[in-house]
Amino acid sequence: MKVLVFIKRVVDYNVRVKVRPDGSGVDTDGVKMSINPFDEIALEEALRMREAGQADEVIVVSAGTSDCQQQLRTGLAMGADRAIQIDTDKPLQPLTAARAFQALVEQQQPGVVLLGKQAIDDDNNQTGQMLAALWGRPQATNAAKIELSGDTARVTREVDAGLEVLDIDLPAVITTDLRLNTPRFVKLPDIMKAKKKPLDVVALDGLVSDAGNDLKIGNWSPPPQRGKGIMVDDVAGLVTELKSRGLL
Amino acid sequence: MSKLLILAEHANGKLNPATAKCVSCAVKIGGDVHIAVFSDSGQAVAEQAARLAGVSKVLNIEHADFTDPLAAMIAPELAALASGYSHLLAPSSMYGKDVLPRAAALLGVNQVSDIMSVNDARSFTRPVYAGNAIIEVSVPEDMLVAATVRTASWAAAEEGNSAEIEQLAAQSERPSHTRFVELQSEGGDGPDLQTASVVVSGGRALGSAENFELIYQLAKKLKAGVGASRAAVDAGYVPNDMQVGQTGKIISPELYFAFGISGAIQHITGIKDAGTIVAVNKDADAPIFELADIGLVGDLFQIIPELEQALD
Repeated sequence: MKVLVFIKRVVDYNVRVKVRPDGSGVDTDGVKMSINPFDEIALEEALRMREAGQADEVIVVSAGTSDCQQQLRTGLAMGADRAIQIDTDKPLQPLTAARAFQALVEQQQPGVVLLGKQAIDDDNNQTGQMLAALWGRPQATNAAKIELSGDTARVTREVDAGLEVLDIDLPAVITTDLRLNTPRFVKLPDIMKAKKKPLDVVALDGLVSDAGNDLKIGNWSPPPQRGKGIMVDDVAGLVTELKSRGLL
Repeated sequence: MSKLLILAEHANGKLNPATAKCVSCAVKIGGDVHIAVFSDSGQAVAEQAARLAGVSKVLNIEHADFTDPLAAMIAPELAALASGYSHLLAPSSMYGKDVLPRAAALLGVNQVSDIMSVNDARSFTRPVYAGNAIIEVSVPEDMLVAATVRTASWAAAEEGNSAEIEQLAAQSERPSHTRFVELQSEGGDGPDLQTASVVVSGGRALGSAENFELIYQLAKKLKAGVGASRAAVDAGYVPNDMQVGQTGKIISPELYFAFGISGAIQHITGIKDAGTIVAVNKDADAPIFELADIGLVGDLFQIIPELEQALD
């Protein structure tokens, strides 16, 4: 069984992003870029499936300019067998991404497709669900546990009321949440080995027409700031302050 | 004129308050507001939805396949219902996030996630980068607007209405590839974290599940909901459904207490809309104090019992 993992190149989660003064976006010049952390968890899960003998090939895929090859190489160093870059110079909105991914899924015929539940840049939380819809296959979002058995998977999902357990037929799309696993660190020899692994480039318009990128993104602004707070010295001070604000 | 359809969220015969918040967003957009209730027997939920001010009609769609909140079952039905509507809305809860993108893709439209405010019927603001930036997003004319509503940005619609309830038969083809097994819920007896007007949260500094009892006790005294930081959840002190933050729940209580929470950006994202934030932490340099309205440097193991005493 093949496992396809979609990863996105994003501003590293430790970077505190700043909106450009002209409102055209956030500053990304010289900023550290990484694999979207939820996608990294997805890749780790795929590698564990292969190591457990449940998958024989892990393919890591990213859409973007050649810059995203850096993240694909990291994915190969983590242990993916090969990589595919969907070449495009435009950021893809989720529906466009899902259409391109579907075309690739039809070519590669994976048993499981894994991706993060959301990207930490646009915070959309849509692409996995859209891919599952277009593909006409099950989705299990926010996975905290995945158990494969034959042609089905039992997925435990993080939902607002607790944990929801689903049985889904494969092939299926599973999106990953934080507590599914802790991704491995990449070792230096693996980075060297990764350089020799195959990385194919396919053009976006070879997979899908560009239709779908139709939301217009306007002005960017920093979030409203909260007013400056005060410090109190002790519990009595806290209680007095809360009472004076009518909160107790 | 706009015609809007809202996906109701409900469980155990009760309408989730997130739905009433979506109604407020829909009313702001303006137009004819309908609510769709999917369930095996939804009359009670439909009646609650019909009471929300601003709603003109509730569609009650009952089928055994809608017993559990499965996106694979509900999204095709929602997509089938969407013709004739200009807007399709759902709360940006785990449920709405699961169902709506699937329906949007079936309809061939992009989705606007997490509407914070409405500029006009097709233009909205939403947060990106964990709330560190706000963007304007607009949907082209003549395209269905599919959107989730960031519930923490909206007050619940008032009650007192009595909208028409229409019974509809399920019409879509539903798959057999997805099966609900169970919901594992700890189901605490306090107020719901997402709607409580006071929330008390604990972080890693609590040190153990046993010590977290301190937080529960204080919450009980304050009639508050109980939350936790990701660190406390990851350490196993409390279950995942208590996590407040970017990947947990985004809440907007009137009063929020953060005990022993350092204030990672991911946590702050979840509490930015709170009325008043109180932070108690041993570390005077903890980032939570940059955000807090009232800060107190000290040991929570002394401060919580003192606070409880002061409340008596």
